[in-house]
Amino acid sequence: MLRAKIRQMLSLNNKVIRYILQAINYSLFMALIWYFSTSPVYRQLADDEAILTISFAHAGEIKEPCVKRTQKELMALPPNMRAPMNCSRERSPIVIEMMFDGEPLYSETAEAPGLYNDSGVDIYHSVKVSAGKHHLAIRMDDSVLKEGFTHVFEQDVDIKPAQILLVGFNPSKGFIVR
Amino acid sequence: MLVNPIKRAYLALESWFNVSFGTEWNPMYHLGTLTFFLFWIILVSGLYLFVFFHGSINGAYESVEYITHEQWYVAGVMRSLHRYASDAAIITILLHLFKEFASGRYRGFRWFSWVSGLPIIWLVVTLGITGYWLVWDELAQYVAIGSARLLDSLPIFSSSMTSNFLQGQMTDRFFILIEFLHLLGQPLILFFLLWLHVKRISNVEINPPRGLAMGCFMALVALSLIKPAVSHGPADLSSMPSMLELDWFYLNAYPLMDYWSEGYTWLLATAITVVLMLLPWAPPKKDGPAAVVDLAHCNGCELCFDDCPFEAISVQARTDGAKFEKEVVVDPALCASCGICMGSCPSSNPFRQSEEELKTGIDMPALPVDKVRSLTKEAVAAMSGQANVLLVGCEHGFNVNRLDNDETRGVKLMCSGMLPPSMVEYALKKGADGVMIVGCRHNDCFFRFGNLWIDKRFSGERKPILRKRADRRRIRVFGGSETDKRSIENELKAFRQELLELNKNVIDNVASEDSSDA
Ligand code: HEM
Ligand code: SF4
Ligand code: SF4
Repeated sequence: MLRAKIRQMLSLNNKVIRYILQAINYSLFMALIWYFSTSPVYRQLADDEAILTISFAHAGEIKEPCVKRTQKELMALPPNMRAPMNCSRERSPIVIEMMFDGEPLYSETAEAPGLYNDSGVDIYHSVKVSAGKHHLAIRMDDSVLKEGFTHVFEQDVDIKPAQILLVGFNPSKGFIVR
Repeated sequence: MLVNPIKRAYLALESWFNVSFGTEWNPMYHLGTLTFFLFWIILVSGLYLFVFFHGSINGAYESVEYITHEQWYVAGVMRSLHRYASDAAIITILLHLFKEFASGRYRGFRWFSWVSGLPIIWLVVTLGITGYWLVWDELAQYVAIGSARLLDSLPIFSSSMTSNFLQGQMTDRFFILIEFLHLLGQPLILFFLLWLHVKRISNVEINPPRGLAMGCFMALVALSLIKPAVSHGPADLSSMPSMLELDWFYLNAYPLMDYWSEGYTWLLATAITVVLMLLPWAPPKKDGPAAVVDLAHCNGCELCFDDCPFEAISVQARTDGAKFEKEVVVDPALCASCGICMGSCPSSNPFRQSEEELKTGIDMPALPVDKVRSLTKEAVAAMSGQANVLLVGCEHGFNVNRLDNDETRGVKLMCSGMLPPSMVEYALKKGADGVMIVGCRHNDCFFRFGNLWIDKRFSGERKPILRKRADRRRIRVFGGSETDKRSIENELKAFRQELLELNKNVIDNVASEDSSDA
């Protein structure tokens, strides 16, 4: 008797209980979205960090000097190919070294891409550095024919926290810091 | 019995939802349709946002600020819905994947649904990424640069993508490309992939039950009001945002890449995808032999065609010269070997050809209808109790033979939907006091529609129907999984009690008839 009564009460409340349980499920679902749509907060940089990015496109010098063709060589070529100078197309690799407060920060030797190693090189590199006053030194060698580095650059920089300090290069002006 | 722990965990989750939502609204049974529903929310809210959005580097951020703050009551809510429904879709997709995996529904004939589901995840995630990009706030900047780094690390593009996002380099051209992708390109591919994904199944449901859809929608609206989606500060390519409130559902690859490297991030994502892609064949699963049509017993009624859950049956003009217009053909490559068609065929009637081998229009070589009839007959004959119950089970739900005893005998079919309704009458006629059909859990048939068709055939909604004269009091349908032994036993006990009462009344009636005769 008592059992039947309890069962009856439960089935009456069944619908209510079900809706309460559904509300709990939906709340869990909402909580999951609530939280993971923005949290945990991702910290890319500490308060005193900044970014130094070097990026430019540059073509290395032709690897070998042009040589004047002798008469004999010229005659051996088909008539439409008889250019007086014989120039190779292959370009020198770009060698770059960056020092930050006297410490090496980045260095790379980038071979010229392309089927005949005849194209320009894209240099892109981005590193985390500490903000504040620093001394930046960059050396680049873009020719195997010339002895030593062809471009040298030095500058004191003051980097703000979270700043992206951008170093570019321009053949006429050399390295530029922005 | 041993049930693998992943499946057990899944079944427990499913049971919890059955308790709170009931079997009709259980979200675990509607994850695909729920995802579709979320896509509708995303589409409608997206169209609304598009009206106010300016797709340019200088205009985007301001327009989103307007949407969020000036017109917070409509556009702001739409923005939040757009974001949260997208997040919800990741949850439903992952649960859908987990469910199909845990319940073993990814192998054999299902390889196609499984493999075609995986690219959808990639597409949905990249769709979310381009979406975050369009806001052109600090988060967008982070996502843009991160994506460029990911692309740069692939040996596809010769020039550096990342250098597009240096101070003063960014152009509207890039922005318009992303806008095109997010608004048109990616959604179109998504719809194509979804179409492909459900191509091999029939009677595809697109909409979840209304109650579930309402609940889900209300939850998302509530969340949108409590926690409106907002932007970060405007993008500034001369500085790096140090704190980011990432949407981890979509943007988790980027911190991983910061922490690891672009290459390893690609490697991990690719490895996970490849492993998942290969799962259906690790190890390969052989489906049973396909259904076979016997035109001598087929009248072209198309019932099997209507009932096949996997688009394996097609109808064509009659080829054998019989007076019927149509006939059916089975494509063995698509057949899941579920046997449901055998249960649909009006020729699968055990009262026919009672002295000889029973033949039907479409039959299963591994368990032909004649065999089902003889198993039924033997099982009934083997019982000797007061209220003998024939249990009809299937290969994927509860193993009915676990309950075999003097007054209970199980016959296991490939799917409960394989049972021709007339076979129930046959069992009762042969002397069973009751027949209990124990398929998979209600609404969760391994072969999609087995228990649904049983319900509809028994209630007279779907052919072939269970005839009125079959005593419904002696028939019970109760689904259950491998872990539901106890509830099945309880149901069986209650059923048997009712049968005992029925039997007693019959005896009393017969006795009173006898005495009045005298
Ligand atoms: C946006 C994402 C997805 C949507 C909207 C979606 C939708 C659906 C729908 C509507 C069904 C049919 C269910 C039925 O009517 O029985 C289905 C089946 C299926 N889905 Fe997905 N799906 C998605 C992603 C996935 C993913 C990522 C996987 C796993 C890799 C997957 C695996 C499966 C499998 C194996 C089936 C087979 C169901 C059957 O044969 O009964 N799906 N999906
Ligand atoms: S056995 Fe199943 S999948 Fe194969 S034809 Fe029959 S109903 Fe379709
Ligand atoms: S159900 Fe039977 S009779 Fe009808 S089309 Fe299919 S095989 Fe033929």
